[in-house]
Amino acid sequence: MTDTKTIEFSATTKALVDRILKRYPEGRQKSALLPLLHLAQAEFGGWLSVPTMDYVASVLNIKPIEVYEVASFYTMYNLNPVGKCLIEVCRTGPCMLRGANDIIEHIENKLGIKEGETTADGKFTLKTVECLGSCGTAPMLQCGADYYENLTNEKVDKLIEKWNSINDHSTYMRSNRVEL
Amino acid sequence: MAKVTIDGIEIEVPDGTSILNAARMIGGDVVPPAMCYYSTLKETGGKCRVCLVKVTQGSAKDPRPMPKLVASCRTNVMDGMVVQNITSPEVLEARKGVVEFLLINHPLDCPICDQAGECDLQNLAYEHGAAKTRYEEDRRTFEKIDIGDKIKLHMNRCILCYRCTFVADQLTNNRVHGVLNRGDHSEISTYIEKAVDNDFSGNMIDVCPVGALTDKTFRFKQRVWFTNPMDAHRDCPKCSGKVVLWMKGEEVLRVTARKDQYAEVKEYICNECRYDHKDITHWKVEGPRHIDRGSVISQNHYERIDLQKLKKEVERQLEFQKGKPLPEPNSLNA
Amino acid sequence: MARKLLLQHENVPGINTFEVYRKNGGYASVEKALKSMTPDEVMEEVKKSGLRGRGGAGFPAGMKWSFLDRKSEKPRYLVCNADESEPGTFKDRYLMEKIPHLLIEGMITSSYSLGANTSYIYVRGEYMYVISILEKAIEEAYAAGFLGKNILGTSYSLDLYVQPGGGAYICGEETALLESLEGKRGNPRLKPPFPAIAGLYASPTVVNNVETIAAVVPIVNQGGDEYAKIGVGKSTGTKLISASGHINKPGVYEIELGLPVEEFIYSEEYCGGIWKGRKMKAVVAGGSSVPILPTDLILKTAKGEQRLMTYESLSDGGFVSGTMLGSGGFIVLDETACIVQHLHTFARFYHHESCGQCSPCREGTGWMEKVIHRIEHGHGHQGDIDLLVDVAKKIEGNTICPLGDAAAWPVASAIRHFREEFEYHIKYPEKVKNPKHFELEPFVSEKSLVTA
Repeated sequence: MTDTKTIEFSATTKALVDRILKRYPEGRQKSALLPLLHLAQAEFGGWLSVPTMDYVASVLNIKPIEVYEVASFYTMYNLNPVGKCLIEVCRTGPCMLRGANDIIEHIENKLGIKEGETTADGKFTLKTVECLGSCGTAPMLQCGADYYENLTNEKVDKLIEKWNSINDHSTYMRSNRVEL
Repeated sequence: MAKVTIDGIEIEVPDGTSILNAARMIGGDVVPPAMCYYSTLKETGGKCRVCLVKVTQGSAKDPRPMPKLVASCRTNVMDGMVVQNITSPEVLEARKGVVEFLLINHPLDCPICDQAGECDLQNLAYEHGAAKTRYEEDRRTFEKIDIGDKIKLHMNRCILCYRCTFVADQLTNNRVHGVLNRGDHSEISTYIEKAVDNDFSGNMIDVCPVGALTDKTFRFKQRVWFTNPMDAHRDCPKCSGKVVLWMKGEEVLRVTARKDQYAEVKEYICNECRYDHKDITHWKVEGPRHIDRGSVISQNHYERIDLQKLKKEVERQLEFQKGKPLPEPNSLNA
Repeated sequence: MARKLLLQHENVPGINTFEVYRKNGGYASVEKALKSMTPDEVMEEVKKSGLRGRGGAGFPAGMKWSFLDRKSEKPRYLVCNADESEPGTFKDRYLMEKIPHLLIEGMITSSYSLGANTSYIYVRGEYMYVISILEKAIEEAYAAGFLGKNILGTSYSLDLYVQPGGGAYICGEETALLESLEGKRGNPRLKPPFPAIAGLYASPTVVNNVETIAAVVPIVNQGGDEYAKIGVGKSTGTKLISASGHINKPGVYEIELGLPVEEFIYSEEYCGGIWKGRKMKAVVAGGSSVPILPTDLILKTAKGEQRLMTYESLSDGGFVSGTMLGSGGFIVLDETACIVQHLHTFARFYHHESCGQCSPCREGTGWMEKVIHRIEHGHGHQGDIDLLVDVAKKIEGNTICPLGDAAAWPVASAIRHFREEFEYHIKYPEKVKNPKHFELEPFVSEKSLVTA
């Protein structure tokens, strides 16, 4: 068994977990798995390590494999470490029509990495994703919980400049909102 | 009770019977193949799609046909239902398509696969496959892994029937392996190096329809068609103790549970029987095992053939074929 | 100006707060339903309205409600499908972000009608910021006594929760959504049993799209008959359309069903015409999974009739010359767009989103993507087009859930209507090496050159 002692939700998160668990009928606490994985990812470094997942399993009193199965199914859970700033650019049809490929190329050149890679300083990870439901404001990217829409190369440059100063993991549960 | 007609043959079956099981009650060629359904594991079925059939009449009450082909393993019969399996060109075409899908990423390494000769996919491909692949891309590959000291997982060969996960859920109380990732990246795995260790875990090998999970104590020991299967039993405190010993001379090469004509285990066996008693003196041998499902093993008849039974079966098949075009002989055009 | 039933207050400052929403007539349907109507009477109004599921399938909402197993002893659930993920569709996000209380009001009124005391809104995880908006709105509704025990002093109680997804298009399929809500992988269930009999936690459940539930509000307020007066035939009421692609004014528009497609594309009130003064080449009218149509067939049916924004008119001609209203994801492609390239993004999408449970979809979606990819990049060869048609055919109708069909239809329709563009890619591999090939040199049909 993996040692899960070193990993534990903060008191604030624990209180939130208790509230979340009450949303479901008795005996259906596994329903909290997806929300808890989001919380765990936000709290433990922006990704889900095996000890993190085992900890979530112990909180919900389910088998670790049930957590691995779920975490590996959904795209929002990172099973490997990512940069502090996870940039996710949509590239599906409507975004592609409005120039998403150019935006991706621009970010790649700007950061000196290819999609799927992380910068050497561990600050940025660039990921391409499928439709994020922002087709009317394409091209777009998501960073943390926030959407950045109607992108141009100039807008991207400004965003990256601002994000450069951020030292905290941007995850879906934590916003690093940068106003343009 | 419900009256159902499958490929022109009428049969009365209890309510709640699936089309597949109704077809099995008829027997013979009208039985759809099944790669994921397993009668002794709850909730299996519906995934592989090789058992698709056409329902041309839903029931006596509502005679409308079903709009799509349905998975016969998970669709229950209704009184007055009319089903086409091998009499429907649409079904055969769809099945051929499914077999092609199952094969595009399969390594086709039958010559070195321990399952060869008793492999459901091999048989299915022989019946419905085409000799030439239309798939030009690289096949998906995974590393071989050991899950425990007795089972080898050869994910390249897996068709994701999920049976082994149901075994772990239903026969053991601590499932440590499962289906990870999604889409065509899905794989059976423990995620972390973890041994599947449980008294009944060995049954995963028996329910695997392909060579994805093989018995490490038997791997590369012998081609299965050179072994003699013998029914045997012992007093076992954990399971029924009813097994098949796969012998070469006096040597017990492998122990498995007993499978029926649809390659299904009705009585699961424990790991002790499977792995720890490879000595003929530990068993009471009942006699040669008759294997009637289609495979090369069944060609190896050395037991006394029940001529009466055989004659009856031939007559029954002839009766069924009367007035029907014979199925095309295998159209391998290689 | 067309009538608006859902978005009429979209520009009112502060409409996302309970106070402003309430001042603008919000929560009237809850008061009306709980105080003066029986649950069945509410359902009758929904039936009379002719409201059809706004998520894509277009199944009559009232009929879906009537299937709910009311004899069961188990609790009943209403689950809102806010897993909006169909490429080209973003109307639910817009509605939840702008007017969250409309959805909450719809959830209360609908839950009352269905006899549900616990309801969930399942929101795709990527919409995390929308989840915060909804949670805040729900808190306000609890504080105002519209949620919780004995709502408005009646005997009806309801708890409403928001559940985040984890990133999976397939969870928009209602049984996959329920699996996900139970904390599992989003593998669609085999049906029957349908959710109305055994849904969430094996209990009777109705799953409805965000817009469907929001539409219950005006239906109850003004009566189903009044709602049914809007629209044409069996396409009643208003519909949110997500407009994207090569148009001047992308965005979410509420239209009265029956609006001519041509007017929707070219009028200033809606899309404002094709951008950069270009001509239109094709339209995907109802989200990525519906058949793509060339300009002539999207504006007029094969019979030469004006095409309308209705379920029936858009599907006129079946799959030979028609398409579907679907989720209302309206994607416009101009003359410089490459059909093959565009299709490749959809093929990649479905490959990426296949759950992998059943073999035709798991293996077939990846195969199609690879073949389209090689055609698009100039590595295709004779026979690839027919291969694609055949693979699509072998997937369609043979899978557990509709994702197989959704993956097959765009491929089949793109080849049906734009086969020449595929052939061009195979014939002139060097010309398509640059990904912007048709921007540099627009595609011209060789056939039309000969006939002209």
